[in-house]
Amino acid sequence: MTTRAAPTEIAIHAPDAQRMGFFTDTTVCIGCKACEVACKQWNDLPADGSRFGRGSSYDHTGSLNASTWRHVRFVEIAEPTPQAREDAVQRLEAGGGGRVPDIPATGGGSGSGAGDLDLVAIASQRAAPPGAVDVAAAVAAMDEWVFMSDVCKHCTNAGCLDACPTGALIRTEFETVVLQADVCNGCGYCVPACPFGVVARDPDDGRAAKCTLCYDRLQDGLEPACAKSCPTDSIQFGPYDELVDLAARRVGELHARGMPDAYLYGASDDPDQELAGGLGAFFLLTQPPERYGLPAQADSPVQENVLPATTAAYGAALLAAAGAAAAFLGAARRSAGHGPLRFARRRAIRSWQR
Amino acid sequence: MPGLGASLGRGGATDFLQALQHADCILIEGSNMAEAHPVGFRWVMKAKERGAKVIHVDPRFGRTSQLADLHVPIRAGTDIAFLGGLIRHVIESEAYFREYVVNYTNAPTILREDFQDTDDLGGVFSGFDPETATYDTTTWSYAGADGGTDGSEQTHSSQAADQHTGAGMDVGAAQRDDTLRHPRCVFQVLRRHFARYTPQMVQRVCGISPEEFAAVADALVQNSGRERTTTLCYAVGWTQHTAGVQVIRAASILQLLLGNIGRPGGGIMALRGHASIQGSTDIPTLFDILPGYLSMPHARAGGVSLQDHIDAGARQRGWWSYFDSYLVSLLKAWFGDAATADNEFGFGHLPKLTGNHAHFATMLRAIDGGLDGLFVMGQNPAVGSQHAGLQRRALASLKWLVVRDLSEIETATFWRDSPEIESGELRTQDIGTEVFLMPAAAHVEKEGTFTNTQRLLQWHDKALEPPGDARSELWFMHHLARRVRAHYAGSASKRDWPIRNLTWDYPEHGEIREPDAEAVAREINGYDVAGGAPLPDFTTLRSDGSTACGCWIYSGYFRDGVNQARRRDPGDIGAPGGWVSPEWGWAWPLNRRVLYNRASADPDGRPWSERKRYIWWDEQQSRWTGYDVPDFPVDKRPDYEASRDALAMEAISGDDPFIMMPDGRAWLFAPTGLLDGPLPTHYEPCESPLDNLIHPDFHMNPAAIKWQRPENPYHATGDPRYPIVATSFRLTEHHTAGAMSRNLPWLAELQPEMFAELDPALAADRGIEDGGWMIVETARGEIEARAKVTPRIRPLKIDGRVVHQICLPWHWGFTGEVRGDITNDLGALSGEPNVGIQESKAFSCDVRAGRRTRPSTAKLADARLDRPVRPDEDDPPAEYPSQIT
Repeated sequence: MTTRAAPTEIAIHAPDAQRMGFFTDTTVCIGCKACEVACKQWNDLPADGSRFGRGSSYDHTGSLNASTWRHVRFVEIAEPTPQAREDAVQRLEAGGGGRVPDIPATGGGSGSGAGDLDLVAIASQRAAPPGAVDVAAAVAAMDEWVFMSDVCKHCTNAGCLDACPTGALIRTEFETVVLQADVCNGCGYCVPACPFGVVARDPDDGRAAKCTLCYDRLQDGLEPACAKSCPTDSIQFGPYDELVDLAARRVGELHARGMPDAYLYGASDDPDQELAGGLGAFFLLTQPPERYGLPAQADSPVQENVLPATTAAYGAALLAAAGAAAAFLGAARRSAGHGPLRFARRRAIRSWQR
Repeated sequence: MPGLGASLGRGGATDFLQALQHADCILIEGSNMAEAHPVGFRWVMKAKERGAKVIHVDPRFGRTSQLADLHVPIRAGTDIAFLGGLIRHVIESEAYFREYVVNYTNAPTILREDFQDTDDLGGVFSGFDPETATYDTTTWSYAGADGGTDGSEQTHSSQAADQHTGAGMDVGAAQRDDTLRHPRCVFQVLRRHFARYTPQMVQRVCGISPEEFAAVADALVQNSGRERTTTLCYAVGWTQHTAGVQVIRAASILQLLLGNIGRPGGGIMALRGHASIQGSTDIPTLFDILPGYLSMPHARAGGVSLQDHIDAGARQRGWWSYFDSYLVSLLKAWFGDAATADNEFGFGHLPKLTGNHAHFATMLRAIDGGLDGLFVMGQNPAVGSQHAGLQRRALASLKWLVVRDLSEIETATFWRDSPEIESGELRTQDIGTEVFLMPAAAHVEKEGTFTNTQRLLQWHDKALEPPGDARSELWFMHHLARRVRAHYAGSASKRDWPIRNLTWDYPEHGEIREPDAEAVAREINGYDVAGGAPLPDFTTLRSDGSTACGCWIYSGYFRDGVNQARRRDPGDIGAPGGWVSPEWGWAWPLNRRVLYNRASADPDGRPWSERKRYIWWDEQQSRWTGYDVPDFPVDKRPDYEASRDALAMEAISGDDPFIMMPDGRAWLFAPTGLLDGPLPTHYEPCESPLDNLIHPDFHMNPAAIKWQRPENPYHATGDPRYPIVATSFRLTEHHTAGAMSRNLPWLAELQPEMFAELDPALAADRGIEDGGWMIVETARGEIEARAKVTPRIRPLKIDGRVVHQICLPWHWGFTGEVRGDITNDLGALSGEPNVGIQESKAFSCDVRAGRRTRPSTAKLADARLDRPVRPDEDDPPAEYPSQIT
């Protein structure tokens, strides 16, 4: 089998390889952080310091970054003020999703500004966010404590990969997105291109780094370190298609058990609702994505400064073989079935920016 | 673990973690299982996935609560009141499993006429001597039965199993009323005893509303009986109280009434606090028991002969009738050829108990200048032990100290950087303690077993050589013993006989001369003295000196010369009963996974239900069979009836599942074996802002140990200076006193700072901000912590007033990658009467915003020895409560 990858992507092809992924089920996560530690141990990542801050709950390592590839996020119960509740209701009713999350990567900075604008712009194109929730229930749930183990999503439409001008970011035979540290020149284009704030640059050498889905372990037939260490199988690893089936059944079970809020984040969406074309590492959530610091919408952004490289790559691919355009569209449909939409959205955003 | 021992027969978890997945309801109380036992908690999650109801009763809403279906906040230290309420509910609503209760417990047994309950005597049982604060337990016995271990003889705590399961007790003449109506039968005594524990009383004492109480009670009742089972899980949140053993007793009573003991997905999971802590009581690091929970002899005028000790420890009925075989085989393992019938197998050379030589008593002796040296291995008392300031002062009073650890822990550095050095109370140049820090090998650098929380022995091989001078414990003890033996080789002194004659012939290998761990294991398993062949199990042990065995309950773990603990075959998990996985490791005793599993079948030997089928009588094969090793003589028919004068195991009838007990029954009422009462009674913690509503005349457990010394001041009940209830807890991210986690950057960064969790109302009242600094103060010390202000902690309304609780992790100290103040600097030394454990899970304190301005224990700087506490302006003198308040 050939790796399903857009022709613009540098991909490794291997016989018998198939798409592998993570299914992280937050309903059985016990917040033990074994995944975060196992990841650092296996990948020989340094402890990069932590901060005891106001409202930090049990989360002192903050976020995913160049040396934290699995991160367990805790959101402390915060009894919202009546005003905060009202604001949240209004935001939710406005369709933008509760509080616009603090996602450093969307704007390349921290939180507000351009990143928020992008989110709102994208939101305006959609009827409802994935995992659309009952507004009243979402507000009521704001006083619950949540924890979830976050990781690189290994997107089908990987913004980081699209943005990478050096070919450091590649699609592997497992259809995961891996950053080759020895090719990375530290340009940092991938950082704002990730809609999830996953990729970051190492403060010491400037190169980007992120989860490899334990590419080295996969090559040896081992499961990734985080999944291996998870005591409750909250993190499950396996062939992507099987995981999606399993996860869909799990959602059905939870609904039947009286948990109607359970939904998948990043899998099993309608084709035109998919997050970044579908996430290789997807999640089962029970609250709005924003409660976990996840964006309600996400796709590979296209920015002026990276477009030429991408366009050139497209062009090269199109010229490379006869009938390549048809092949590309076909491949995209097979992988996620939304190639044309993706293109259309890119054009729309580009024209707005011009 | 006498709470379980005096109820059921053995001091170990009755079920195993994998069995939790088959529970229909799991009540977790006194445990923060998801955080402290995250790997075992997977089985709770599996049960939940199968539809089980998970309930967490705890002062703090933590990760366990988040995952539970129901969290019920409780005031720390009031578990007996809550469990007592549940017991009352089960009895009064007639929700108990009658057939189980009548046949398998001592509910029908009639008690002596002169027994008086706490209701009769205002808070104590008959036999209490206020002068000595001890009980004479004579009146607690069964009518017509006599003998039994005399609790009044004991001047100290003991964990010896034979002493709390009625050793020497003659129960042949005991009377029973199977209708349970006799006014003096255990059942009726139990009913009267717990009559006060109404839901309203539970609310007034624990701060649990009648609605919350009913939710828990209904869940337990609905998930117990023939078809369903409920498991209780507890950990040190139940044990670390001055009435800790009685909390476990209350849990045992509840589970017995509900018919949940000995059944899959039932039982009581005692979650142990450290790796292999179960192993360290099985083959004890305790001063008062011998391996396998055999009792240590007490010093007696005129001496103690082997026969005296056997007579005191063995009993005529039940499994302990084999006591002599186990004791003699132990002596043969220790003294080899030198142990003969003529010299009582060397028994006379065993040390005799003369008093309390447990940790606290020993450290106080050190403070008083009565202790020369101390070995500290796998422990960090300068941080991890109660009243750590006092522990550090004790260390400074030694002549020498050996510390073996992975890193240079506080116990090894107290002489240069402890708070007492900082305050100037101690000066490095004045401390005479010579400290030897010996680097220890980590678990991957040595071979051996862990005995985990479910009595399961799992062998691990060595993966790496230890670095540098680091050595295994086995290496250290082996070579230390070799040198000691060489030192005494020429001694003619009788006193040195046990050292000269100790068998110590373990083969060594490799460059560092590591002793052969499997050779030690073979000795523990036991062998035939004549031929050296490994014994198949403890039923082959003899009292004539023909067998040797280092720990009878472990006998069988090297069966056929094969290391059974090394097995890692899960078996066919999907087959009926396949989840028991009997070939994964080896569990004591005899590889049984569920103890008392005869009780999983009805008196006739049939499973109580198909759904809960586990062990049953196979008429065709004429033997007990099932998914596990039967905890019963395999060929004893269920209809076998013991005659009244039968002895030994002949006295156990075919429907008596609790074979360790002299009457073959579990004890709702403990006629002997415990030092503080035959039934659990609510007492307040030693330090509490509230009075005891149930027995106002006795604030705390009257038999508890208190050390009234200037350096160990207690808070009086209701002392307005200390209105807040404090409890301690563990985080997943750190391990106990932190030596293994604070020094590992990957773990250290996950929880970098000491903090305290408190509710928003208290925080607002004291001006404490989330993420800001706060001070927690007691009469012993004051520590600073970051504040975690969270509605997860809820103030409780207790008897008309609001009580705030704070929750303190205790993983930080003054060395390591991350540092912080020591929670144990706050607590006082106190002791549960049976086991001597401290009350670290409930004490009173005060909090305020800010950072401390003086070292944590500076307020005790002048409280040494006989010098009284010097009053000063911000620290007015405490009125020390008398022994009993």
